[in-house]
Amino acid sequence: MTTAFIGKPVSRIDGRQKVTGGATYAAEFVAPGAAHAAIVRSTAASGRIASIDSASAERAQGVIAVLTHRNAPRLPYREHKGIPDPVIGERLHVLQDDRVNHQGQPIALVVAETLEQAQHAATLVHATYDQDAAATDINQVEPVLPTQEKTDQGEAQSPETRRGDPEGALAAAELKIDHGYVIPREHHNPLEMHATIAAWDGDRLTLWDKTQFVHNVADEIAAVFGIPAENIRVISPFVGGAFGSGLRTWPHVTLAAIGARVAKRPVKLMLSRREMYYSVGYRPHTVQRVALGASRDGRLAAILHDAHQETSTYEEFSESILDASRFLYSCPNVYTRHRIAHMNVNTPTYMRAPGVASGNFALESALDELAVALDMDPVELRLRNEPDRDEFSNLPFSSRSTRECYRVAAERFGWSRRSPEPRSMRDGRSLVGWGMATAHYPMHYAPASAKARLLPDGTAEVTSAASDMGPGTWTSMTQVAAEALGLPLDRVKFTLGDTRMPRTPPHGGSMTMASVGSAVQAACRKAREDALARSGASEIGDAMHRLGQPVEASADVKPGDETQRFSMHSFGAVFVEVAVDPDLGETRVRRMVGAYGAGRIVNPKLTRSQCIGGMIGGIGMALMEHSVVDARNGRVTNANLAEYPVPVHADAPPVMDVLFVEEHDPHVNPLGVKGVGEIALVGVAPAITNAIYHATGRRIRELPVTPDKLI
Amino acid sequence: MHPFSLERPRDLAGAFASGAQAGRNDAPIEFIAGGTDMVQLLQEHVRRPDRLVSLSGLLDATIELSPEGLRIGAAATMADTAAHPAVLEGFPVIAEALLASASPQVRNQATIGGNLLQRTRCPYFRDVGYAACNKRAPGSGCSALGGETRWNAVLGTSQSCIAAHASDLAVALVALDPVVELRSASGQRTVPLAEFHRLPGETPHIETVLEPGEVVAGILVPASPIARRSHYLKVRDRASFEFALVSAAVGLDLEDGIIRDAHVALGGVGTKPWRVPEVEAALSGAALEEAALRQAAALATQGAEPRGGNAFKIELMQRAIVRAIQTAGARA
Repeated sequence: MTTAFIGKPVSRIDGRQKVTGGATYAAEFVAPGAAHAAIVRSTAASGRIASIDSASAERAQGVIAVLTHRNAPRLPYREHKGIPDPVIGERLHVLQDDRVNHQGQPIALVVAETLEQAQHAATLVHATYDQDAAATDINQVEPVLPTQEKTDQGEAQSPETRRGDPEGALAAAELKIDHGYVIPREHHNPLEMHATIAAWDGDRLTLWDKTQFVHNVADEIAAVFGIPAENIRVISPFVGGAFGSGLRTWPHVTLAAIGARVAKRPVKLMLSRREMYYSVGYRPHTVQRVALGASRDGRLAAILHDAHQETSTYEEFSESILDASRFLYSCPNVYTRHRIAHMNVNTPTYMRAPGVASGNFALESALDELAVALDMDPVELRLRNEPDRDEFSNLPFSSRSTRECYRVAAERFGWSRRSPEPRSMRDGRSLVGWGMATAHYPMHYAPASAKARLLPDGTAEVTSAASDMGPGTWTSMTQVAAEALGLPLDRVKFTLGDTRMPRTPPHGGSMTMASVGSAVQAACRKAREDALARSGASEIGDAMHRLGQPVEASADVKPGDETQRFSMHSFGAVFVEVAVDPDLGETRVRRMVGAYGAGRIVNPKLTRSQCIGGMIGGIGMALMEHSVVDARNGRVTNANLAEYPVPVHADAPPVMDVLFVEEHDPHVNPLGVKGVGEIALVGVAPAITNAIYHATGRRIRELPVTPDKLI
Repeated sequence: MHPFSLERPRDLAGAFASGAQAGRNDAPIEFIAGGTDMVQLLQEHVRRPDRLVSLSGLLDATIELSPEGLRIGAAATMADTAAHPAVLEGFPVIAEALLASASPQVRNQATIGGNLLQRTRCPYFRDVGYAACNKRAPGSGCSALGGETRWNAVLGTSQSCIAAHASDLAVALVALDPVVELRSASGQRTVPLAEFHRLPGETPHIETVLEPGEVVAGILVPASPIARRSHYLKVRDRASFEFALVSAAVGLDLEDGIIRDAHVALGGVGTKPWRVPEVEAALSGAALEEAALRQAAALATQGAEPRGGNAFKIELMQRAIVRAIQTAGARA
């Protein structure tokens, strides 16, 4: 297909704004007369507030109000569950009662003239607790099956699945692999802290917020305060990273709005880095067991995959850990079971490649262990178990490029030169290892809307209430719009991040281009056709000149019945080279190649960046990220960026190749895109631990692989 | 942030007169220099001084080599010190320790004097959500005991405190037997760096021998063959911008492949920058052979007390010593 802009490596149109400070993030908006708020947080994990003394805080300089459960406004907290909210359970209500459910739970809010005054006064609020026995150690909590209840959001996926006779097939298998895998809690740690500015005007509320989903912020706060969502405007043009932390509307947004209502002036609330570890979700700690049975020729006979994860006492957050085992490979006998462990924690949430990255680590590690047991190349093992169709849903794949991904990635990597024996490759003192894994992520396409307005001067304004947490929504939507309108890029102005714009799904699940992109394309096509028809011109510039007045078109797109007809996923392959210092236990990633079949790539330059970001995130998951919970009390000991390491430049390998295999998928959505935001992180951790095994002969089944695990 | 007044005295006499005291968490008046650590502590309410006395512009920032050795003014930045030709030439362990510390931005701002006085990274000291911390609130107890100890010390600990000293530079320096120049209204005194930091004992909130109104003015490092053939090795989870899990600073005086004299210090494992004289004695006269080095390094663990999550440091510190000596020994 010949295109003018789609598929072209256009540079970020907001790049200059971002590097010159011209991009305005949530906390940077100026609300005249704004006061500042600081949150007081619990230092107990479970119990009731026995006493709370706010007298000295109230007397502190500059303090406007100190709100606790005793004096905060009672809020209706009407029922509301947005797409990112857990189906079962009830969100945390702030300052409504004396119950404490987790460490770091907000127990008071201080509003003061300056930020420093608010923060200081917050330290003067003293609480005592009647503490209950708290569940703070996942190893001491008996996991349970999630509640199965039909809700407005439909029936939850069954937590337990079975096909064939998995136990029998495992018992009878010629080869068996059966191990446990652990991934600790990981926090999103975006660079930009979560922040909200709330300003009331009568019963109308404006929120400048860091969010991946402006409409859901309006819906949630409307429900909390019992006002119509139309009364709330949410503005969020730029997001400094989120990785899922901005999907839900968290309690601090409510607190900012409460503070502004009580103070009768705008209130700015920004979380500290330490607060981020108790407030905006995280990837839950997971405990998994994978048992594989196989024949000597490498055919999978049985997969048994059991997983449980932590969730809070008040909500059942469940993520799709078991997807891969259900459908990724051909296997007649499969059993999966997902359970949850209720803990005194704040509710976990979606974090880049939620569930999938966790389950994939266990399955792809087990596959590698099987390849070693079979003395078979790990790519060959995967090829032997390549399915013809999705054996879980019993549907054909809309497209599946695993074979091509293995081929091009292996070739670029030089996989054929691998010496299979562990500890057989060295560079000086370092042990060198090569490992690989399969990547996958479901294609999500959700209802979305957009509006296009053609102007007589031959320019266009296109809007959709989408978000851009980093992938380049501003740029890629401009490309889609310009393509559909037949206008040059610099004549199209796309804007996002405001509830006054047409509604979109959350900016997550790799669905923004599929959903918002399809809506933008539809609105722009409609506007163009309308303008051409009404003017009789054949060129859009002429048409607008002739018409002399704006032409406006809106479009709503939504999926059809394709999910009933096809199994739709992105697929990929990740190949990694590591060097391990055998004496000091340090692992560094030296090379990475990722190949992806992700449908149409709208902007290969931005998409490559997005993939590199995800792959580096995978290095963090594999080698360093770990929220260290003190099991005695549930506090996160390393709640700062010094002791919670995320990869820095020096950890990113000098060689990072991202390859996109050609894929035309007419079934997924009108644009034919599948998204890459999540899949880029999937498979990286097992590829690294598989490479570490190859380097050292040591199989590490608990992430992250820090030096202490290898010495 | 606790409200404080920031005072900017015009001269050192004014700073001395303030009575400010570094290295004590119960001091109501504190000095601030580069502020890279202090500002974090203020923001997290770990330090709540009523007055902060700025040393900015008052202290010597020069770095010079004389027959006595290398003198680094307390106000010299980490970046300037790491890049100084005399340091690179005659004291590589110092440059290496500095370049393995923090980030370029921090190194441009942080001073050498402040680096020696930086506070521990013990997570229980840094999180005021824990009431108990003898270093932060004297007599309140130690939350790290029985907790997550990955970042804590195994050497020099007490029942009151197991916090590790955080500085890389101090570990490199202590291997070279420098003296610290201290100045106050009553004049100047010098203290060997090895005696500058105190063991926690029952008073972990008193970290140094500094008196009220006394400042670190500079540090004098004797030049020696040991300093010239020196090396800093740092082991950590990521490749940059992280405190040490374990580090080793070594200096060697070699003759024909035989160690005539060795200095060895450790980081990440001690409650202060930790010299290991037993290891040094065992290395004296040893060849640069792995078995001999390993045997000597084992002596570093004398008196070590592992506590769960930091037990790996017992093995890792020995390996770090061996590798650091091998690397230094291989240098021309």
